[in-house]
Amino acid sequence: MTTVEDATTLVQVPEKRIRILERPRATTGPWSWVTTVDHKKIAIMYGTLALCFFIVGGIEALFIRLQLAQPNGTILSAARYNEFFTMHGTTMVFLLGMPIAAAFGNYLMPLMIGARDVAFPRLNMLGFWVFAFGGLFLYSSFALGGAPDGGWFGYAPLTSTPLAAGYLPGRGADFWCVGLIMLGIGSVATAVNFLVTILNMRAPGMTLMRMPVFVWMILVIAFLTLFAMPPVTAALIMVFMDRNFHTNFFNAAAGGDPLMYQNLFWIFGHPEVYILILPGMGIVSEILPVFSRKPLFGYSIVVFSGIAIGFLGWGVWAHHMFASGLGPVAVSAFGLSTMLIAIPTGVKIFNWLATVWGGAVRLRTPMLFALGFIAQFTIGGLSGVMHSIVPSDTQQTDTYFVVAHFHYVLFGGLVFAVFGGFYYWWPKFFGRMLNEKMGKLNFWLMVIGFNLTFFPMHFLGFEGQPRRTYTYPSGMGWDTLNLLATIGAFIIATSVLVFIVNVIYTARRGERASSDPWDARTLEWSTSSPPPEYNFAVVPVVTSLDDFWHRKYTEDDEGHLVKLPAGGADEAETLPVSFDPHSIHMPSPSYWPLIFAMCLPILGYGFVFKNWWLLGAGVVVGFFGLQGWAIEPSAEPEHSGTEAH
Amino acid sequence: MLDRTHRLRRAGTTAAVAIAAVTLASCGDSTGPNNKQNALRPAGKYARQILNLTEPFFWIAVVIGLAVVSATFYVALRFREKPGEERAPKQVHGNTALEISWTVIPAVILAVMAVPTVATIFSLAKKPTGHVVNVTVTARQWWWQFHYDDPGNGVETANELHIPVGVPVSLTLQGPPACSPTPCYANGVIHSFWVPALNGKKDVVPGRKQFLKLEADKPGTYLGQCAEYCGLSHANMRMRVIAESQADYDAWVKSQQVATRSEAALERGVDAQQWGCATCHSFKPGTAGAVAPNLSHLADRTAFAGDIYLVNFDNLWRWVYDAPSRKPMGNLEQHMPNFSAAGMTQAEAQKIACFLLTNTATNPSPPPECAGK
Repeated sequence: MTTVEDATTLVQVPEKRIRILERPRATTGPWSWVTTVDHKKIAIMYGTLALCFFIVGGIEALFIRLQLAQPNGTILSAARYNEFFTMHGTTMVFLLGMPIAAAFGNYLMPLMIGARDVAFPRLNMLGFWVFAFGGLFLYSSFALGGAPDGGWFGYAPLTSTPLAAGYLPGRGADFWCVGLIMLGIGSVATAVNFLVTILNMRAPGMTLMRMPVFVWMILVIAFLTLFAMPPVTAALIMVFMDRNFHTNFFNAAAGGDPLMYQNLFWIFGHPEVYILILPGMGIVSEILPVFSRKPLFGYSIVVFSGIAIGFLGWGVWAHHMFASGLGPVAVSAFGLSTMLIAIPTGVKIFNWLATVWGGAVRLRTPMLFALGFIAQFTIGGLSGVMHSIVPSDTQQTDTYFVVAHFHYVLFGGLVFAVFGGFYYWWPKFFGRMLNEKMGKLNFWLMVIGFNLTFFPMHFLGFEGQPRRTYTYPSGMGWDTLNLLATIGAFIIATSVLVFIVNVIYTARRGERASSDPWDARTLEWSTSSPPPEYNFAVVPVVTSLDDFWHRKYTEDDEGHLVKLPAGGADEAETLPVSFDPHSIHMPSPSYWPLIFAMCLPILGYGFVFKNWWLLGAGVVVGFFGLQGWAIEPSAEPEHSGTEAH
Repeated sequence: MLDRTHRLRRAGTTAAVAIAAVTLASCGDSTGPNNKQNALRPAGKYARQILNLTEPFFWIAVVIGLAVVSATFYVALRFREKPGEERAPKQVHGNTALEISWTVIPAVILAVMAVPTVATIFSLAKKPTGHVVNVTVTARQWWWQFHYDDPGNGVETANELHIPVGVPVSLTLQGPPACSPTPCYANGVIHSFWVPALNGKKDVVPGRKQFLKLEADKPGTYLGQCAEYCGLSHANMRMRVIAESQADYDAWVKSQQVATRSEAALERGVDAQQWGCATCHSFKPGTAGAVAPNLSHLADRTAFAGDIYLVNFDNLWRWVYDAPSRKPMGNLEQHMPNFSAAGMTQAEAQKIACFLLTNTATNPSPPPECAGK
């Protein structure tokens, strides 16, 4: 370790220090959040911002539903409606779904594998700030020449034709391309970080097949993100170039091919669906065993199903294009591969039910959300299988049937899992239990509202209502179901409001949580709530799957649960007397990832408005940020003096 | 009074029964509103073929769905721990036989599904032979251009497709022709042709010629609309298919081939001429307008502007006067302009509407408002 010591000696020479390269030291207050590299603080920022975007995207959805509550609605103009449905989709996929996985993954994954932080803490910080700036950049478009309005998958040539043609009224598509490329940079940074962390930083004894399912799912989505982002980034760059530099990637008149865009987008877009849902499956796989007091039924097959879904997810993208005219051979092949993916998905559902079967089921709020996930995700999965029947899909695609389908998967599935995850891990995140009564109210309102909103949409689709239409004439017989859907949407909004009230109430008066309030199974519950910055005073040594559980319980000869006499001892109680938290090396906060992240929106505005000054400024800020990042000392001398390497 | 478990269980059962009832009530043949745009009310063999394929698998899905939803309720309530109770459940880690069976059974069901699916895919992709009506469909922003390709036909119309009953119609779907000199934009984006009662949908992709067939087995009007988001007025890109007996269809074709008085009248119709209608529209049967619908037989059609307004005096003059306020056009390079902004008066617009109603119909019956105009 001589090189490390040499480096430390070097930066300890005071007169050679450059002031701007001092690392920030705040440990409390807003500045500590801005400069933090702590995976838990970053996770909380991810989660908070993602929830804000969830609310914004939800408000857009409420406007959409108000507009469609009756025929010939006049709440929104066509242009505004198109902006709202585009931004609703974009927000929920890129500003809620992906960052919320980064939030849960960031907070829990290191704790679950017994690590003290992620592999690259500053890269982690970069990921968050890129997400934050990317999201704000996208939303700034509302004030700067029109929000994206080409749909969340932005089909070329609608989006790729230059502004002058007026296919779309504003600059929205430029913001959309640049914004999504930006968000992609953040996602890839986080994915690389998660991959390296999971593969390299597991506690002693934490073999891959002893990892919690949630960590497995994070590992799978990290791989998916890493390989899915490049094709969509290429597609977005092509769209941007077609729009702004008169290239002809998707211009059929000049020999370009509009379908190439669809292939590029969906080869990202379908793995993306699994990037969104697999963390939800992971969360549910953690909640069900705890609240059934039984191990996950068939752990290995659940893990392998997740991996199988990850692999098969690459071979089904063209099922989004069954009406595009690919020809009978191609659509048959993709129809069959889509059917195939139902098998591992079904296996998961049955294994979850078998986990609960015979358990001692405690119907607390997290469990209710997990059970809601199973039922609703199944419905979404079955309508998905119906899409694999290609001729049926040609009646269903681009109608409200599809809207119903993917909301059953992503709302009935993912969002329910996320809320279950909030109720389950809130005590770990913040040291207080969310209120149970409000939690149940939140759950039931959400179940009722969700099903009232989206179940009727299956029928609207069959009955001929296409999606993405800002108006429909009267006399089509769609009025009642649309009105029901609108009422349901407001019930969902009420349930989210109950959650927000619950969060505020809990922050003030919530019951304090012990380190292990649910009598849980995984390592994050073995440390205090919330965990110290260094997570574990002593890095745990793992001897089995659900190691923490097996420290508390064993099985008798018939396999029944038996509590161990000394089980469930808090980590704090077993600390060595001489424990000094300062002896644990934790990465110091930093400014530089934030500064580097700032170059992206500056460059973004430069590209959108073709402003050379902004582009130049962006490059300067970017180099400045990278340079500072590269030569910043590993820690402050005051700090490193007491450090034990 | 029932205890909690019972109440919960009863609520669960009620919910399951309610879901089943709603599902049953809303499915099956010829269900849902008779809105002429309903995939559940097929009116021709291709749409029926699709529904016949869908239905059994739909019911399998309903059964599996109900089973899983009920099972979720069941396990939650049956194994619920009562307050104060501390059970020590048996720790089951898995069961290979069970897990293999619920991997294999769905695989078998899917394999069964695959066979008719692939067969139907190929059957629907097959081009009809024999007595076939051939139509080229050009999808525009935001209306449908129809050109009948068969020798001796050559009818050119918009938004309203007439077809003979019991005869397969072979559609060639295409984007608008490229414009020149570049850079100019021909309003060519992806659309999707969809008349649910007659077949599934097929995208119209610029640069490609795509195939879709329709067939109606009883006379009637069937509605459709663009199903791929195509910009501002995507919702206003509707169409109708009018299926009629072979004799009625033949009569219609004949009527459309005959020039109405429109072309000749255009020479005298000072207002229409002054505002340059013929720059974009065509008044000659069988000839496409430069960028806009052929108007030679406008007044024979039921509706216009992407099938969103009925052809009548009021709708027509308002459209001529200020089209973008009646159908959002944004800053599309080519669209029906706002003539009022260019100085057209309402009286002039009404005169043009009367001109169209009087001169573009096979059997004109102009409304009383047009007397003397």
